[in-house]
Amino acid sequence: MHPDINLSIASHSATSSLNIKMKTGLALVSLSLILLFLALFNQIQHPFLLIIFFISTVAGSLLYTNGLYANTTAGIKNNGVMFKSISSRGAIAWVLGVALTALYILLYWYPQLLGLHDKANTGLIGFFDPVSKLLNGHAASQWFVYGVLYTLAIILLGIKFIYKYRHNAYQVKRTISVMFFQLVIAFLIPEILGGLNMPYNDFKNMWPLNYYFFYDWHIDQLLGSGSFGMFVLVWGILSVVLISPVLTYFYGKRWYCSWVCGCGGLAETAGDSFRHLSSKKVSAWRIERVLIYSVLFFAVLMTALVIYQYFTKQSQVLFLDSFKVREWYGFYIGAAFSGVIGVGFYPILGSRVWCRFGCPMAAILGIQQRFFSRFRITTNGSQCISCGNCSTYCEMGIDVRWYAQRGQDIVRSSCVGCGVCSAVCPRGVLKLENGPIKTKKLEGPILYQDGEFKIVE
Amino acid sequence: MAPKVVIIGNGISGITCARHLRKLSNYDITVISAESKYFFSRTALMYIYMGHMKEEHTRPYENHFWEQNRIGLLQKKVATVHPHENYILLESGEQIRYDYLVLATGSRSNKFGWPGQDLKGVQGLYNLQDLETMEQYTSGIKHAAVVGGGLIGIETVEMLLSRNIHVHFLVRENSFWNLVMPPDESEMINKLIYHHQVDLRLGTELKEIKSDKEGRATAILTSKGDTIDCSFVALTVGVSPNIDFVKNSGIHTDRGIIVDDYLQTNFKNIFAIGDCAQFKTPLPGRKPIEQVWYTGKIQGETAARNIVGLEKKYNPGHWFNSAKFFDLEYQTYGLVPAQKDESTDWFWWQDKKGEKGLRLVWEKNTKIFKGLNAMGIRLRHEVCNQWLNNNTTIDIVVKELSKANFDPEFFKGYEKEFQRSFEVKYQYITV
Repeated sequence: MHPDINLSIASHSATSSLNIKMKTGLALVSLSLILLFLALFNQIQHPFLLIIFFISTVAGSLLYTNGLYANTTAGIKNNGVMFKSISSRGAIAWVLGVALTALYILLYWYPQLLGLHDKANTGLIGFFDPVSKLLNGHAASQWFVYGVLYTLAIILLGIKFIYKYRHNAYQVKRTISVMFFQLVIAFLIPEILGGLNMPYNDFKNMWPLNYYFFYDWHIDQLLGSGSFGMFVLVWGILSVVLISPVLTYFYGKRWYCSWVCGCGGLAETAGDSFRHLSSKKVSAWRIERVLIYSVLFFAVLMTALVIYQYFTKQSQVLFLDSFKVREWYGFYIGAAFSGVIGVGFYPILGSRVWCRFGCPMAAILGIQQRFFSRFRITTNGSQCISCGNCSTYCEMGIDVRWYAQRGQDIVRSSCVGCGVCSAVCPRGVLKLENGPIKTKKLEGPILYQDGEFKIVE
Repeated sequence: MAPKVVIIGNGISGITCARHLRKLSNYDITVISAESKYFFSRTALMYIYMGHMKEEHTRPYENHFWEQNRIGLLQKKVATVHPHENYILLESGEQIRYDYLVLATGSRSNKFGWPGQDLKGVQGLYNLQDLETMEQYTSGIKHAAVVGGGLIGIETVEMLLSRNIHVHFLVRENSFWNLVMPPDESEMINKLIYHHQVDLRLGTELKEIKSDKEGRATAILTSKGDTIDCSFVALTVGVSPNIDFVKNSGIHTDRGIIVDDYLQTNFKNIFAIGDCAQFKTPLPGRKPIEQVWYTGKIQGETAARNIVGLEKKYNPGHWFNSAKFFDLEYQTYGLVPAQKDESTDWFWWQDKKGEKGLRLVWEKNTKIFKGLNAMGIRLRHEVCNQWLNNNTTIDIVVKELSKANFDPEFFKGYEKEFQRSFEVKYQYITV
């Protein structure tokens, strides 16, 4: 047999068969999608139908999850991942990728097509007006609708993830955490703050991921909002200079990237079916380093210009115009990279494209993790059988096996500490650890020889 | 000119040998394999079938690695070895000269002369080609039989279940793997097999495989006289060294290729490593043929050292191993006998749900810790190894148990419960 021939067959009826619960669940979710479409094309605008939308989405998703996992034993559930169209870059994956990309393009650049209007919203955005009014007293914006759908995705697919990994306490706790931070900190509190006419603020969204934190309008807004605004300003700065480095020292960047962050939250829940699509090639690692540090540089430069402009009122520095740089960053990084490519391409490039190649916050945390953190993934002596499950299911494209098979600790700036490598390992080889670093083995491969563990090279 | 090393077989042993040769020398290295051009992890075959991975995911090194490290790869079948003339002959007719030859040809699946064992849809599971035929013959079928209750057997069962195929599992012993495992551990696995609705038939052997007119398997006949309809039969009754092509070459063989402690055969420049090697004098407590991943690795490295003249005896250290039965992980460190003998004592603990189990074994007189079996629990290899190296007594091991915990964070601890039940039974040891 030629080794390059892929052994997998296009699909297996057995692994993709749907039971009655799953079929009903999918039907209900389809109903929700139809309602969204009808709303988008202005065919329906009724709070009652909005309630139907929520009920059928939640019920459909829960029913599907239950049908999928209820009759399975607790344990790893990757059967058929490489055969299913949606998770192996098949037709369904491409359709989904195009649809998500289109949605992001509309959100960022053509919100009026979604129904956003100054006077009265129509279409999809108008459809969600009642919820927005309930939460913050205003009509919905495209970002409100996005927030609702985003939060729904994290909660419902988070429940699916928890069901899938119910045997693994780390996965369960981590997922409850991202669900909480998305629902309460990223969605409810900011909306309620908006309703109270206070500055919209997501307390966990830190600079430089929150790249507008130091923009003049944002600073002015905070300074004009009394003691609450002052608190947000101080909290925002403290997060960057104190809270984040301390937490990263003790726990690694995972405290943020796979426990708190909204982008991470979506990747870990909605993106779970696509985690194995990340490239593990050394060449991809090279691209990753160039891109992510370039974005970080861009973010720092832009912020420096913005702050300089704030204090001096001068927007021109050498050949750079502060306002132009800010505009470029917003367009290329804030919208195109993190949104369109980051999520739109989930089914094709995997769920962590933004986190791996673009996020400036991940870049900073990564540098801290690599050089000033206790966090590492330890490998268990000589038990590794090089099967490749760890590398395959690493959403960040780390070739975990490369380290595991030589007994070396894994300390990589990109690792978000999701713990899935450890979960899928069939030989109990990997463990996420952040105890005192006396056992950190970075010096070189450890070989089990003559009954001893020795560092070689 | 640099000496030329030819390695036959690109499994974990041959590849580890090649890699270490490259680290230690500038020798000219060629690895020959008929099975595949690139090294892949044989232990991951099951995951390809189950759809967890594709074949390329099971390759531990990217394809450019070999060229970068100047390790030549040749996908050819070797016909004969000519040790007196220092060359090998390929089936394609080509001759390849060598200064050193490393035989790392692995195993082949056992067949014990059953009627029908060569029918279509009857096979072992060892190599990529087996996986391909299994894919072909299990497509769309409803029933399959697996014969032989070892590790490959239970993995094959799991593979078939992933395609919703009903499996009839014939195990010669009265309890799964009880020649290796003590009764409690073995029983845990029996229960799992039943839980997965496998038709487990203990104490049952294969008599005959029946076929249709096209020569395709249709049913098996068991030693208990039952006929079971099935369109696929996996024969997983162990493996034997794959050495037919050297048998008349002058290289000494028995079940495997005979080697000394330096992995050297009766020819000074020919080495044999991994599944195909058989030790003239096995190390104490170890088998003459070791068919384990990590021993293949250690043997590959040892042979590499000996080839470049850094004399080194094979020394695998304390026995250890691991496996996964469905969702149940198993690790073992040191020696745990399947049956307790006079000189040893042991203690078995199991949690209430029956999902975790831990057995400690020690020498009765000296109370020195000898080994352990962990079921559904991950333990730290280094700590267990240290206990064994230091002749630690059992009371200390029990006390220090949590030092060896390698379970993921937030997993429920079991140490206190274990210690409490241990103390109840063995107060004399702990006080």
